[in-house]
Amino acid sequence: MELILGLLVQGGQMLVVLLLAPGLVGLVRKVRARLTRRRGAPVLQPYRDLLRLMKKEVVLAENASWMFRVAPYTIFAATWVAAALVPTFALGLQFSWTADLIAIVALLGSARFFLALAGMDVGTAFGGIGASREVMIGAFAEPAMLLTVFTLALVAGSTQLSVVAAFMASPAVGLRVSLGMALVALVIVAIAENARIPVDNPATHLELTMVHEAMVLEYSGRHLAMIEIAAALKLLLYVALIACVFFPWGMAAAGSGVLAHLLGLAAFLLKLAAGGVLLATFETAIAKMRVFRVPDFLGAALMLGLLGTLLLFVSRSL
Amino acid sequence: MSEPFPAPAVPAAAFRAGPMPRTPVGAAQWVRAAEALGAGAATLASLWASAGEVHMALHDPGQGGVLILSLAVPEGRFPSVARHHPPAQRLERAMADLHGVVAQGAEDVRPWLDHGRWGLRHPLGAREEAGPLPPYPFLPVAGESLHEVPVGPVHAGIIEPGHFRFTAQGETLVRLEARLGYVHKGVDRLMAGASLARGAELAGRVSGDSAVACAWAFAQAAEAALSLTLPPRALALRLVMAELERLANHLGDVGAICNDASFAMMQAHCSVLRERVLRAAAAAFGHRMMRDRIVPGGVAGDLSPAGAAELRALLETVVTRLPPLVRLYDETASLQDRTVGAGTLAPALALRFGAGGFVGRASGRDVDVRRDLAYPPYDVLPPAVPVRTDGDVNARVWIRIREIEASLGLLRLALDRLPPGPVRADLPAPAGAAEGLGLVEGFRGDILVWLALAADGRIARCHLRDPSWFQWPLLEAAAEGNIIADFPLCNKSFNCSYSGHDL
Repeated sequence: MELILGLLVQGGQMLVVLLLAPGLVGLVRKVRARLTRRRGAPVLQPYRDLLRLMKKEVVLAENASWMFRVAPYTIFAATWVAAALVPTFALGLQFSWTADLIAIVALLGSARFFLALAGMDVGTAFGGIGASREVMIGAFAEPAMLLTVFTLALVAGSTQLSVVAAFMASPAVGLRVSLGMALVALVIVAIAENARIPVDNPATHLELTMVHEAMVLEYSGRHLAMIEIAAALKLLLYVALIACVFFPWGMAAAGSGVLAHLLGLAAFLLKLAAGGVLLATFETAIAKMRVFRVPDFLGAALMLGLLGTLLLFVSRSL
Repeated sequence: MSEPFPAPAVPAAAFRAGPMPRTPVGAAQWVRAAEALGAGAATLASLWASAGEVHMALHDPGQGGVLILSLAVPEGRFPSVARHHPPAQRLERAMADLHGVVAQGAEDVRPWLDHGRWGLRHPLGAREEAGPLPPYPFLPVAGESLHEVPVGPVHAGIIEPGHFRFTAQGETLVRLEARLGYVHKGVDRLMAGASLARGAELAGRVSGDSAVACAWAFAQAAEAALSLTLPPRALALRLVMAELERLANHLGDVGAICNDASFAMMQAHCSVLRERVLRAAAAAFGHRMMRDRIVPGGVAGDLSPAGAAELRALLETVVTRLPPLVRLYDETASLQDRTVGAGTLAPALALRFGAGGFVGRASGRDVDVRRDLAYPPYDVLPPAVPVRTDGDVNARVWIRIREIEASLGLLRLALDRLPPGPVRADLPAPAGAAEGLGLVEGFRGDILVWLALAADGRIARCHLRDPSWFQWPLLEAAAEGNIIADFPLCNKSFNCSYSGHDL
């Protein structure tokens, strides 16, 4: 019985993230539009875009290899699995016993790997520029992310997100400087990983300034749809991750009833909306930074993660 | 303009009031003038060809005059100016494409406007059937770990077409070469034989954002050729339109530059203000871009009291809304981090190329045709001319902001002192062939129109030189050494015209 419930929750979780991800993107775009005095497209527009792309034919470059065709599905699969591992509305996900935070980082890392390869596959100049920038950003973002994970693991005594979230919701957590540092580091990593301003501009048409968009310029049709939904999933993943670790209120505990799960879902929707609005507001208020400032920006995250971890070690040995 | 030039410059007052004389020169004097240009003795204002002749317009800001040298080219060859003075290079290549006159001794003889798609060669000279040209050879770049990034001619944004060939080492731009000519419309050919009214329409369509300035320059040339004096109200209304155009374009540019640094808020606010200006222009003059409002002899329609009130209300709006925007620009550190130090143009280069407008004035070239070769009504309403020497994107933004403020002041004065009377003078019957020169400060810089009228009053030859001719090459220089991702920002801060250049 418990297994069935666990599987149900896990299945529901996978469906929820998939269904909500385009909506989050739509919300961020809408808020940005309103903040810049535009009416903006409806929040549901990303769903329509995905449907449209799925119906369209795929235009492939003549010299595209099998890699180019496989990559969108690989990227989508890896990102979806990663997103399924982050507790959104309920703890006690069935998968979380097999995969922890480090697995999430690894899954996202492999998605990045395939995306960068696909960007270079066709051999256009923009794809190469985008891939090189993406890898540069990844080289700083991934260690920062791992250090943040270590901080959390040291505090909670586990790298499993369900355990971390349960611990963070308990009174045992207290007020810790390390956690504050980890939060800031995680937000910085989230911004960089999701190609948001100030690291990248998802709304730009200027190929020379693109990072993520430059890599996927050659994609069309269902391939592009896969890439887009994967990008939306990744954004949702990071919002859910920050919410689950630092704001774990309202989540249904393992083995609780239907009502608790519904409440958990409502709380998650609120958290997502808050995350989306905050992101859009932040993006409107600053300009994009020069490409070579990005390592400084991510370096701050890396140092915060490192300091957080060290602080924990020091305070523990005292 | 004495030695080494063969004649003194014609002062502004003279060529503003009557026909523009030309000085015929021999090949030796032509070469000496080109060498003097190269040595910095004067600024090249333009270089063009007409039937059997090539012409060089020189401008000496210090003396407030213009000199036109003409060299007869019976065999279609003339000594290259670009050999001594690089800014002439693209003009010479365009002359070769359009007229078939060859610049002897020029280093770069690649076609420029002709992409081999016209079906003929030398459309303004000896026309001959022709097929496609061989592929355009870009300048070779050699070195360790360089890669090429071709961009355009069709861009992702809604902008005009132009091809940019970047050579980069990693993220750093080593060389940029632009290729233009994609929007060649054959304006020179359409002008030949057209009536003055038709010519004014064509001039207003050379570059959409400079409809007023181009039309004014054309009308000025025509009126000078016919020695026509305009009623004061017509001149005042022209000033109002020209400053409105400057205001609209500068507001749009400031927002667009910030948007290229992904700071969308600035663009949102600036776009609203620009839209206000365009709507006020539509209410006051009947057309948002004020196209076809300036005609030889005056302006097409009078400004009603309601229209004037509309413009006054607009000035109020902009005056109150601008300062917070300027503060927002100045105080957003992330934005300043992008614009300060990016795309620096050395003052020496700006001076050498005679860069007009904000490009020149941001790099220390203190020249404004409205003040230095004053034309009415700017002789009684002189504009404030802001100058900076830092030459980066930030400087070009600030020059625009200061010019917006100056335009607001000018507009208010002009509206307060709007003289009564007619807004149009009848064009006199042509008394034989005549030539006139028009020089107007558009929002990008000085627009030059040289107009030769035939004895029947029709246009024999009209040469319109957009300021972008001397700004495009500078963009290539300013972008070098920047990172490739900063190019859109540099490009937008120059905002050169494709259409005005390709003609």
